[in-house]
Amino acid sequence: MERFDVVIIGGGPAGMAAALGAREKGASVAILERDDRLGGILNQCIHNGFGLHYFGEELTGPEYAKRFRDQVTKDDGIKVYLEAMVLSLTEDRLVRAISPTAGLIEIEAGSIVLAMGCRERSAGAIALAGTRPAGIYTAGMAQRLSNIDGYLVGKEVVILGSGDIGLIMARRMTSEGAKVKLVAEIMPFSSGLKRNIVQCLNDYDIPLRYSTTVTRVEGENRLTGVYVAPVDERMNPDLSREEYIPCDTLLLSVGLIPENDLLNGSKVEMSRITNGAVVDEYRQTSVPGIFSAGNVLHVHDLVDNVSEEAFVAGRSAAGFARGELSGGDTVNVLPSQGVRYALPQRIHKGEGKVKIYFRVDRVYKGRTVLVTSNDEVVKRKKTLVMAPGEMQNIEIDKSLIKGDISIITEE
Amino acid sequence: MNTTCIMCPMGCALTIEEKEGVLTVVGNGCPRGDKYGRAEYSHPERVVTTLLKGSRGGVVSVKTDRPIPKDKIGDLLAWAAAYRVDHAVETGEVIAENAADTGANILATSDFKG
Amino acid sequence: MKKYDVIVIGGGVVGTAILRSLAAYNAKVLLLEKSSDVATGASRANSGIVHAGYDAETGTKKAYFNVKGAAMYPALTRELRVPYRMVGSLVAAKEGGLPAIKALYERGVANGVKVEIIERARIEALEPNISPEIRYALYAPEAGVVSPYKLTIAQADHAVQNGAEIRLEEKVVSIKKTEDGYLVVTEKAQYVASYLINAAGAGAVEINALLGESTPEMKHAVGDYYILDSKAAGVVNTVVFPLPDEKGKGILVAPTADGNVILGPTSRVVPHDEAEVNAVTREGLALVREGVGKLIPKVDLRSVIRVYAGTRTAVGGDFIIEESCKFKNYFMLLGICSPGLTSAPAIGEYVAAEAAKSLALTKKEKMLPLPDRFHLTKATDDEIKDKVASDPAFGRIVCRCEKVTEGEILAAIHSPLPAHTVDAVKRRVRAGMGRCQGGFCRPRVMEILSRELNIPLSEVRLGEKGSEIAPYEVKDGYGKI
Repeated sequence: MERFDVVIIGGGPAGMAAALGAREKGASVAILERDDRLGGILNQCIHNGFGLHYFGEELTGPEYAKRFRDQVTKDDGIKVYLEAMVLSLTEDRLVRAISPTAGLIEIEAGSIVLAMGCRERSAGAIALAGTRPAGIYTAGMAQRLSNIDGYLVGKEVVILGSGDIGLIMARRMTSEGAKVKLVAEIMPFSSGLKRNIVQCLNDYDIPLRYSTTVTRVEGENRLTGVYVAPVDERMNPDLSREEYIPCDTLLLSVGLIPENDLLNGSKVEMSRITNGAVVDEYRQTSVPGIFSAGNVLHVHDLVDNVSEEAFVAGRSAAGFARGELSGGDTVNVLPSQGVRYALPQRIHKGEGKVKIYFRVDRVYKGRTVLVTSNDEVVKRKKTLVMAPGEMQNIEIDKSLIKGDISIITEE
Repeated sequence: MNTTCIMCPMGCALTIEEKEGVLTVVGNGCPRGDKYGRAEYSHPERVVTTLLKGSRGGVVSVKTDRPIPKDKIGDLLAWAAAYRVDHAVETGEVIAENAADTGANILATSDFKG
Repeated sequence: MKKYDVIVIGGGVVGTAILRSLAAYNAKVLLLEKSSDVATGASRANSGIVHAGYDAETGTKKAYFNVKGAAMYPALTRELRVPYRMVGSLVAAKEGGLPAIKALYERGVANGVKVEIIERARIEALEPNISPEIRYALYAPEAGVVSPYKLTIAQADHAVQNGAEIRLEEKVVSIKKTEDGYLVVTEKAQYVASYLINAAGAGAVEINALLGESTPEMKHAVGDYYILDSKAAGVVNTVVFPLPDEKGKGILVAPTADGNVILGPTSRVVPHDEAEVNAVTREGLALVREGVGKLIPKVDLRSVIRVYAGTRTAVGGDFIIEESCKFKNYFMLLGICSPGLTSAPAIGEYVAAEAAKSLALTKKEKMLPLPDRFHLTKATDDEIKDKVASDPAFGRIVCRCEKVTEGEILAAIHSPLPAHTVDAVKRRVRAGMGRCQGGFCRPRVMEILSRELNIPLSEVRLGEKGSEIAPYEVKDGYGKI
């Protein structure tokens, strides 16, 4: 049985940043990564737009990953297990994993950082009607086949969902020689970044239809077409206005789900809204010594925020392993009035500043974000516009916290 | 022309018109939108990222080292479709100079075994 | 031209059961299947229930083979290492449903099935989440659940292991009666058989027609199903049916043998040319939700991971399992709908014995057992350590949801009946059957298939011909934007 101060599950952007954060505090670190290299999903995100906040320049996904990977691999204090899949972990922090080279790996961890990322919602999860031919993919699967393997899934494409991966893949498929006929979005707005709508769709004259969904698919062995229809406010399609679009490919960009399967049956308290753990400002879960960061905690839109969050988690995990993490009373952070969720969900009373990340439930223009504690205003921030697809943050002084914090928007 | 400002999540709908050599931007909520609108009208530019195929199989991801004129994207992609990388390259290496006469060099954004 | 004692047409659960039983005889036997794998028709998409046998009318073939087949399941599935659990079944009725329950009970007793009528308290003990309106139930403790495609595949593997041959992607295009048997022509080759068995399921009518044999009218009904994530397991313990109606046994809620939860099926009659389309409908899914709500309202549809449809084919009220009157040594299996899966092992034995009698075949002394397969999720730590040390591929997890290793996938690709498509791999080892539905592992399974079959990735298929998953290389055919 090996022992490390901090064991990090997942070697994507969150895991690598957490490792560097933990090393800053001098902890011994192990990363367990299931792929054969570090970097996670960034390795297949060959488009640019990463790192503007973190590095002050625009990088592609592989470049962003490489900057972290280079730091991680040259640090002797970080042991990296590749092709290592964690099978189980316990509340007293015993981690069991498997890899082809190391066999069954058993590690005793001073603390654990969960950094497993997220997965895409599938055709099954949205109960897509019709036949089951080849030609239906999650956007990320098509991205992997193209950008890593060099193969194109089809030539005539409809995309359901206007999440960022869907938008990015619309441009990718187009520039590989495919025709993207339509992007259909069931909501009246896109969860993708504005910039991606302009540069991935408008630049290539790809139509985007809001409040529209795919009602069924057709094709025996290969997809031959899809039916789309407008939906009402309750998301029910108006089948009398169904329209047939011949195509050989349907890409799904219909949501990301934190990959928390390892926590099934554990005592870690989960949020029904984020599908991730409930954490404090150190990104510590309800089980002491288990931390969570990145897309496994809540789905981010910018990797820069993932790195920042994971650094905090890594540093804190190192602190916990060395018995240096301060505890004390916590207050709850309670979102309402337009705020769908806020994170961390708990904050310790004390000194210093803490950043609260949050998402709104729909597009708001000209609203003020208000943070109060015991009915006293702790922070007020005017905003021009807030959209569900763009994570917001607001920084508050811990010394002003008296009791539970509420975070709301108001006209 | 009509476009959407991408300088912030506001996404102002911009209308840009040219009359007697004078550009006007309408619909912007702030000065950044004015600047963006003018640039998009007179010289829209994009950094292009794509793949190149290896001559013995495989793909390597690449980008232009600077933004190129938007109307040259098609030329660049056509060039990329025909180009084959015949040797190993490392991230950051220049694979081709002034590709498709866009003025931009093509940089590898990942390592490629060749 | 190759000569066989017996040729079986159709690689469903019935065809492979017959083939496996035939492999117990000293005979040259062949199975022809038009699809890319066995278990691609009704044997893939059904409820996976081993019925106790109270449902079929006493004295019918359905009743006979059901009861006989169900009794074979425990030993058969142990021998073939197929997931099977004797979970018991309930037919649940509201106030006023007691007479119908009693009628089923009496039929069960007449058929020799262990059944009892239970009331609310005992129902709740078995199914704590049952609808509060349910008052009575027929409880059949010996009903079970099985993985229908794994059973079909294991029967096929076991048959091949014992000398039988299977040819996939060989659709039969012509059959001629010869002096001492049959000339069977497929898209690829010609074969001669002394004895010919039509187990082609929904396609049996076409096979009969090739020979000039008539078929009674077939009725095809498509059913929609939901599959829930294994996280939802526990919401139901037994197979819970509503009272049957004229359309069939109704929409059930049940655990699956592999640890998921299954909901369905509906019953939508389709014409013969749509019998193999298997399209899920929105209306059908709505009916399933409605039906499930009446039995186990607590079922949470947010945990759905897949929806699919399957077709069952009936001819009149009973199975037709008989030799043709017109053509000697031509045997037909028609309308093997529910309880066809349950009956299949017994049907297999019976039909093989009929062929053996006619051809005077002798039995082999013994059959070779299927070799044991390593499954990470079922292995102990010591077994895992040994296995990975001897073959690192068993330490490389490809499907993270179902924890399937590369070693298991390689074993499937190189099994007696090799898996050569992504779906064939999935049915054998569950790679892609979990909550992400292959989002992560499908490209990796494709890479393994490409390497093992020595074909480019662009030729790797989901299932049938024309189902290539990533058919083009990037840049190919790039034109002007």
